[in-house]
Amino acid sequence: MTFIPKPKIAHPSLPRNDLGLTRRDYEGALSTLCAGCGHDSITAAIIEACWGISARPENVVKLSGIGCSSKTTAYFVSGGHGFNSVHGRMPSIAMGANAANRDLHYIGVSGDGDSLSIGLGQFCHAIRRNVNMLYLIENNGVYGLTKGQFSASADIGTRAKKGDVNQQPPIDPVLLAMNLGAGFVARSFSGDKAQLVPLIQAGLKYAGFAVIDIISPCVTFNDHEGSTKSYAYTREHTEAVVAADFVPLQREITADYGAGEALPVVMHDGSRVVLRKLAEDHDPSDPHMAYHSVQQHLARGEILTGLLHLRPTEKTEFHALNRTPDQPLNQLPYAKLAPGSKALEKILARYR
Amino acid sequence: MNPTDTSHPDYFHKVVDCQWACPAHTDVPEYIRLIAQGRFTDAYMVNRKSNVFPGILGRVCDRPCEPACRRGRVEKKPVAICRLKRVAADHKDEFLDRLPPIPQVKNGRKVACIGAGPASLVVANDLMPLGYEVTIFEQFAEPGGLMRTNIPSFRLPQGTLDEEIGAIVDMGVELKLGHRIESMRQLLGQGGFDAVFVGSGAPKGKELDLPGRQEGAANIHIGITWLESLAFDHIKSIGEKVLIIGVGNTAMDCCRSSLRLGAKDVKVMARKPRQFFKASEWELEDAEEENVHIVVNRSPKNFVVEGGRLAGMTFDVMEYDIDARGRITAERVTGEEFIPADDVILAIGQENAFPWIERDLGIEFDKWDVPRVDPSTHESTRPGVFFGGDAAFGPKNIIWAVEHGHQAAISIHQHCQGLPVTERLPPGVNLQSRKMGMHEWAYSNEYSAVERRLMPHVSLKERFKKINIEVELGFTAEQAVEEVQRCLNCDVQTVFEAKLCIECDACIDICPVDCLTMTPNGEEAELRTRLKAPARNVTQALYVSAPLKHTGRVMVKDEDVCVHCGLCAERCPTAAWDMQKSHVKWPHAADQPSAARLPDQK
Repeated sequence: MTFIPKPKIAHPSLPRNDLGLTRRDYEGALSTLCAGCGHDSITAAIIEACWGISARPENVVKLSGIGCSSKTTAYFVSGGHGFNSVHGRMPSIAMGANAANRDLHYIGVSGDGDSLSIGLGQFCHAIRRNVNMLYLIENNGVYGLTKGQFSASADIGTRAKKGDVNQQPPIDPVLLAMNLGAGFVARSFSGDKAQLVPLIQAGLKYAGFAVIDIISPCVTFNDHEGSTKSYAYTREHTEAVVAADFVPLQREITADYGAGEALPVVMHDGSRVVLRKLAEDHDPSDPHMAYHSVQQHLARGEILTGLLHLRPTEKTEFHALNRTPDQPLNQLPYAKLAPGSKALEKILARYR
Repeated sequence: MNPTDTSHPDYFHKVVDCQWACPAHTDVPEYIRLIAQGRFTDAYMVNRKSNVFPGILGRVCDRPCEPACRRGRVEKKPVAICRLKRVAADHKDEFLDRLPPIPQVKNGRKVACIGAGPASLVVANDLMPLGYEVTIFEQFAEPGGLMRTNIPSFRLPQGTLDEEIGAIVDMGVELKLGHRIESMRQLLGQGGFDAVFVGSGAPKGKELDLPGRQEGAANIHIGITWLESLAFDHIKSIGEKVLIIGVGNTAMDCCRSSLRLGAKDVKVMARKPRQFFKASEWELEDAEEENVHIVVNRSPKNFVVEGGRLAGMTFDVMEYDIDARGRITAERVTGEEFIPADDVILAIGQENAFPWIERDLGIEFDKWDVPRVDPSTHESTRPGVFFGGDAAFGPKNIIWAVEHGHQAAISIHQHCQGLPVTERLPPGVNLQSRKMGMHEWAYSNEYSAVERRLMPHVSLKERFKKINIEVELGFTAEQAVEEVQRCLNCDVQTVFEAKLCIECDACIDICPVDCLTMTPNGEEAELRTRLKAPARNVTQALYVSAPLKHTGRVMVKDEDVCVHCGLCAERCPTAAWDMQKSHVKWPHAADQPSAARLPDQK
């Protein structure tokens, strides 16, 4: 953390987006996390992504639970809405908010403790319901806020700062999400913004539940030799297999990609995500093949990154499935929103 | 690009833009910090070491530092560096006891300085502590040269001049006032001097030879000569209507002086539009505040004399075509205008003139009749004869004369020891960490958003009552406190150690002005285009690291708009970034390695 406020001046030639805003306009409060925390880089990537898609700050909803990761929603888009929920219960809040107002961008920020231990059930059911939100897991393999105990994502054999070796098997959020039928499953690394920013942009545009598991080294408790979630280890063991380039609505796809290699996927608002296969043995469109290749590589100690699985799921998205109104509840005329006691009588009569 | 060689003394020096732009390399951020701490005498001495006349320059310096100031690139206006210098001078305590001791036993070498202007005074200031016997010859009855004769006392009070010149003269300089040197041959032959320094300035005002010049001579004055007469009380009045020809800083002094002598209608006549004016913007503002009318696009045609007395001047009305880059591509005369005047002052430039230097002494002159002087050693083609100030390379300003004096003093010192004048100590730079704790730095790193403070002036009603009422009042304590915090501490450098970096991006994410990028290396021109914010100011260097150990990328810092807030270093988990104060060692005569051992020192 830092004792002085970040100076309110900017580079004079800082680029502006379609709304006339610079990246600085998407910042939040100054981070109080440890210097060098991966979470701060993810915050910067979210800022960059929101700026890049010209999201209106007032249309961004930031949701989180408890933990180091969950503090970060305060550090971006200070003009957005925010809710800091009970530990592990962020998906329920997101579900409710999304049900009430479907027009906003929902960004849930969680950690390996918040999502894979106390909130595991909530995480699974948010996937089942296919809530239209971007769910980010800032995954560092330890409970940083309580001094670095192993979390549920710690790999077998990884060594804690004080020397203990983890013996329990990890829960892999990517495999879990694919298993539960998520249509947008990605993995990335806080130290690779070139990969992470387009993933966040694509996730924000995806109609349905989009999850990105982001390896985010804990610089204080899990960045030593013997750790499998340190900066050095992650850089050595990750392999990008699918690159995703986000193409905004207005721009044409340029012919940079060879035919057959590039696979454009149209998002519901018309913007596109262009997938490029970087490895022959990984097919992002087939959930079973994607699942297997991630699992096989994990067994060899290799961490695949990129948009590992992408499949349109807007038909099973929460609002589509439940035939909700097209507009947010706060825009419905009062008479329609609360049809009155006579309408209630009619409904109840159906059950008598 | 290759990793930046930060051990080169110029690299970090250039980052301190004000110090780099200052001919005398005054350590500006250091003295501003000392003012902030209320250590005015210390701040004064930091100034005095390089620019020798802080009180004088704090009022009348041409301030090359301010256009260079980084604050002017991140915000509208630069730090008021010059006027902060005056704050140090105004509030200092006794400082004479801090000057270097003057040896009782002299080293047996005698140096003559011609003209008691700033250049000669600096030569004396640098050589007296080394045991030299310095004699200064001055044609007028008081020392100071142009500082006294050409700068009116409402801008530079006599008291300030006397104090700072006195500090040098009191080192034991033999000052021969009213002693005009008429022959260099005589001085070299009979003076018994080991070295001669010519600091006689550029005393010849340019003439405007137009019809009517002779007939109207009684009311047509040469600017610098007129200011000289004014300085020595030889003139007391001027006509009601005055025209100033030329629009440089001398013209501004002439028009404002005229107002104080009783002129009612003063016009400054400029040949070209405002963007081509030679006068500093602030001097123009000060003159216009006093209701001086600056008339553009008027080219002098002739003086009009009626009944044996000057009646005015006729001007061609000019029109210019100016291209997109601001250059004049064509000019036309569109008409003619007569403007009545009682007096005309010509302020169109000045030249150096050496009628007193015989041309057969081995001192070569070029085709413009200007002596051939080595730009770094200041030596003429005759060994042992040195030139500095306006006498060397034509009219510049006081701060240049000061640096010429320092450099000439080094040469004289070398010459008198029989050492080559080209053998000079190179500049050096020292770095020292400012880290005090986890988030504590030994400098004020918080960015202050206050705007430049405005200099308070004596009211327009009061200031004309006497000619020597100083118009600028100096910053108040409250103003100084605010203004010092505007300094960005550019001398507290961001120093990067590539082997410590774990590439966590923390510094890049926090930087408020997007200076930092981690990227694959490339050629400079191409690299500049793919930084986080494009680096378009090519005069500001890129700081490129060695390859980083995880990915082989490089850390690139664009120095252009860094505000030295230290957040990159605060956010760095491995202290790969550190904030280190650079201290530029700009050598003077006393720093020369051989200083203590003159061959026949008694």
